[in-house]
Amino acid sequence: MSHRVLIVDDEPNIVISLEYLIKKEGFEVAVATDGEAALQQAADFAPDLILLDVMMPKKSGFEVCQALRADPAQAAVKIIMLTARGRETEVAKGLALGADAYITKPFSTKELVLQIKSLLA
Amino acid sequence: MLQGWVIVLASFLYLGILFAIAWYADRRADSGRSLIANPAVYALSLGVYCTTWTFYGSVGRAAASGIGFLPIYLGPTLLFALAGFILHKMIRVAKTNRITSIADFVASRYGKSQLLGGLVTVIAVVGVIPYIALQLKAVSNSFAILASYPDIIMPAKAGAVPLLQDSALYVAMILAAFTILFGTRHLDATERHEGMVAAIAVESVVKLVAFLAVGVFVVWGMHDGVGDIFAQAALAPEVAHRLASADSPAAYGTWGTLIFLSMFASLLLPRQFQIAVVENVDESHLRRAVWMFPLYLFLINLFVLPVALAGLLHFPGGGGVDADTFVLTLPMAHQQEALALFVYIGGLSAATGMVIVETIALSTMVCNDLVMPLLLRLPVLGLAARADLSGLLLEIRRWAIAVILCLGYLYFRVAGEAYALVSIGLISFAAVAQFAPVVIGGLFWKGGTRDGALAGLAAGFVLWTYTLLLPSFAKSGWLPDGFIAHGLFGIELLRPQVLFGLAGLDEITHCLVWSLLVNMGAYIGVSLMRVPNLREARQATLFVGGAEAAGIPGWRGSAGIGDLLPLAGRFLGLERAQEAFSRHARQRGLRSLHELPADTRLVGFAETLLAGAIGSASARAMVASVVTEEPLGIDEVMNILDEASQVRAYTRELEQKSRELTRATAELRQANARLQELDRMKDDFISTVTHELRTPLTSIRAFSEMLHEDPRIDLAQRSRFLGIIVSETVRLSRLINQILDLAKLESGRAEWTVAAVDVAEVIREAADSLAPLFVDKRVSLQLDGCEAGLNVLADRDRLMQVMVNLLSNALKFVPVASGRVKVDVGAAAGEVRVSVTDNGPGIEAGDQEVIFEKFRQGTGNTDVLIDKPQGTGLGLPISRQIIEYFNGRLWVESTPGAGACFVFTLPRQAGDNGASQPTGEQP
Repeated sequence: MSHRVLIVDDEPNIVISLEYLIKKEGFEVAVATDGEAALQQAADFAPDLILLDVMMPKKSGFEVCQALRADPAQAAVKIIMLTARGRETEVAKGLALGADAYITKPFSTKELVLQIKSLLA
Repeated sequence: MLQGWVIVLASFLYLGILFAIAWYADRRADSGRSLIANPAVYALSLGVYCTTWTFYGSVGRAAASGIGFLPIYLGPTLLFALAGFILHKMIRVAKTNRITSIADFVASRYGKSQLLGGLVTVIAVVGVIPYIALQLKAVSNSFAILASYPDIIMPAKAGAVPLLQDSALYVAMILAAFTILFGTRHLDATERHEGMVAAIAVESVVKLVAFLAVGVFVVWGMHDGVGDIFAQAALAPEVAHRLASADSPAAYGTWGTLIFLSMFASLLLPRQFQIAVVENVDESHLRRAVWMFPLYLFLINLFVLPVALAGLLHFPGGGGVDADTFVLTLPMAHQQEALALFVYIGGLSAATGMVIVETIALSTMVCNDLVMPLLLRLPVLGLAARADLSGLLLEIRRWAIAVILCLGYLYFRVAGEAYALVSIGLISFAAVAQFAPVVIGGLFWKGGTRDGALAGLAAGFVLWTYTLLLPSFAKSGWLPDGFIAHGLFGIELLRPQVLFGLAGLDEITHCLVWSLLVNMGAYIGVSLMRVPNLREARQATLFVGGAEAAGIPGWRGSAGIGDLLPLAGRFLGLERAQEAFSRHARQRGLRSLHELPADTRLVGFAETLLAGAIGSASARAMVASVVTEEPLGIDEVMNILDEASQVRAYTRELEQKSRELTRATAELRQANARLQELDRMKDDFISTVTHELRTPLTSIRAFSEMLHEDPRIDLAQRSRFLGIIVSETVRLSRLINQILDLAKLESGRAEWTVAAVDVAEVIREAADSLAPLFVDKRVSLQLDGCEAGLNVLADRDRLMQVMVNLLSNALKFVPVASGRVKVDVGAAAGEVRVSVTDNGPGIEAGDQEVIFEKFRQGTGNTDVLIDKPQGTGLGLPISRQIIEYFNGRLWVESTPGAGACFVFTLPRQAGDNGASQPTGEQP
């Protein structure tokens, strides 16, 4: 059974690229374009891993991450945070909130795929 | 029988008792159980104001002018009842500065000037000696009258008796001996004489009781009460007219003068100052004295008028009996020997009290302010080198007492018959009234200077001498009296008692008006000619102000205990000086006086200690002889000599500087906060710009890598990805351009080509350039009121940029096919107004200002960073910058769900009128 990956980003072109990239690796993919939709999808789609953008409408990536980590049903889900803001304080904040990895935009597609695979291994 | 020896014996017995009291009080004081630490004793001792002039003279004056004797007692009553605060302040100042006399008080106040102290002493001695003469005359007269009992014979005129048979001479000698015993037993560091005060208080009681006894005898013994006396007086015409208070307007003026004069006399006469200020043990005693002393004055005057009237009735037409002697002669006429003797003792009390205190006060002044400064300046005497001067000090005072009484006797011999008793007293009063301006002024005005005080006192003294003293000499036959009638050198204006034509006043009022006028004028005028110097300013603050003076150092040098102890010892005696310094050391928490550091505080203490013995001016001079003043640079000399006003100015300057510093600090803090805020905004801006740039880059990199790594992507997919890359690249370029544009606008480095621009034309052009996009989205664009002729002063391209931005924003948010965008142009009140209305989702009230901030795009939601509509989030901020640069405004009106209307206005350019030429400044 293939792993499920949820992509959360509000930038359409980035979603398109991530969807193509991850589907190509043989994972099942779902998409959410804001924080609230992301929490909904996390419950409905039950992903193994979430690619989570930080700057999003309605609920930021940090808030989503915090909510997921507070939910025992989502204890196993892996979270990779994606952000265009690369300041160290933000990386530290993401990791402190329980993210498994933190990748800054623009990212290397190869590295992203490796990171996903290693987390799901 | 009242033989001479009985009277003499009684006199000596009385004086002996007094001395015993004084001796006992001194003993008690030495053992620390003061007899006089009692407000009642203080109030009674103030009764020294009532001399034989009161005891005998009041009745004489009442016999001559009815209640005309009263003002002399109303003055002090008013002073104590209403102006106790002046006395209170004097006492406090005198205690703080260890003032020893009125001369010391004035000298100390004006910078511890020896010259000033000397002048006050001279005025006091000259002014008061007639007054002492008066006491001698009264005692010797009363003795002579009593000794001739049962006959009532007026004594021979002064000077008519051979010197060695003149009882006044013996009175003077006895009083001198007595005063020396009372006043100069030892040199007290505090310059107080407890024994003397106790004796004076007793004397006050004796003279009061004696006078009341005469009163009771006259009213109820000789007559049937006061009513009876007045009824009888009213029947005798030559007596009745005495009951009228005053018979001319000038007489009322005299009343005012006498009240005024006696008010000052009760404060400034050397003996009054001595008792009221120097001998005061506790300033709280004054609280009782303010009613007890006036009460005493009231009681001692109670029977004056009845006794005077009874005397006039009993000795009709004078009968060869002087009215001044009624108190004594009435009991004698009724064979009341015991009462007569008691009255004589009462008179003796009044005289001795006055003479003792007055001569002690004067001898202190003469010693401290006249003789010592002179002696210490005569190197021949070698005094400055002598080890112990305390004996010499006492010696000088004893001699001073003897000389003063001798002078008093001389005055009595030579001039004693010129005036009735009352007039002699008033001459003295007028002399000491000259102290009033410098004393009262010195207590309440900081501007007085030594020169002003000298000028005022000297001028007042000269006027007093010319208008009062010299005429009194002339009337005694000492001087040719031509100058009284014709003026000095025959100049009419200079007639001493009608000076400059001032007529219609009695001689005392006349003297007082001129002398005090000139005195005050000179004091104030000369004082104002320069600012007080440092020493004067320091003393002024001590006398007028109080605590703040501590900040001004009295000395800017130092001397050690090794110098100061021997110095103090020379005047106080070594033992006493050692005690004082040890006490000072203990107060400073040191074990012994040898640990005392050589600092200004020690010097100050030594000076105050010495001031108690030899007066402040001499003390300063003596201390200065051992103090090593630190060498002064010329700048420092300037600073010190330039004084208090400078100190004050400097303080003001410091305060000003301090205020400025505080303000500058606040401004700096504010600026710093503002800088931090700007720094934070810059960080935020860079962070936001970075984010905005990274977003398209992310897409570009991801798609490029995918295309690069996977050559097998099908053609349709590949073409779609490449399309995304191209559009993201365009977005990136636009973003960079707009960031740069905004940076230029904000920093004011943008280039502007300003000219008259037809708004309608610009709108049409913008609409034309966007027409294909509107067609693509099937949105209608309507232009209203776009006729030509509405000119504004602007940069045409920039205005175009604004229009394109507003139109493309509208296009962006309206729905496909049903979207409508409308542009309106109009002119109103010197403005051109352009609005762009759409039927999109509208903008919530909370966002209507936010959308004009950088990178904040409108979304129709409370969170502004959502949904990433196409665009950079910089269009509206740039547009607003441009419109505001041309003095216009750009805003939005919108109801959510009912579309938005962006409006801008620009000042209208009326033809070729360049009045609204924009400046280079950003609004």
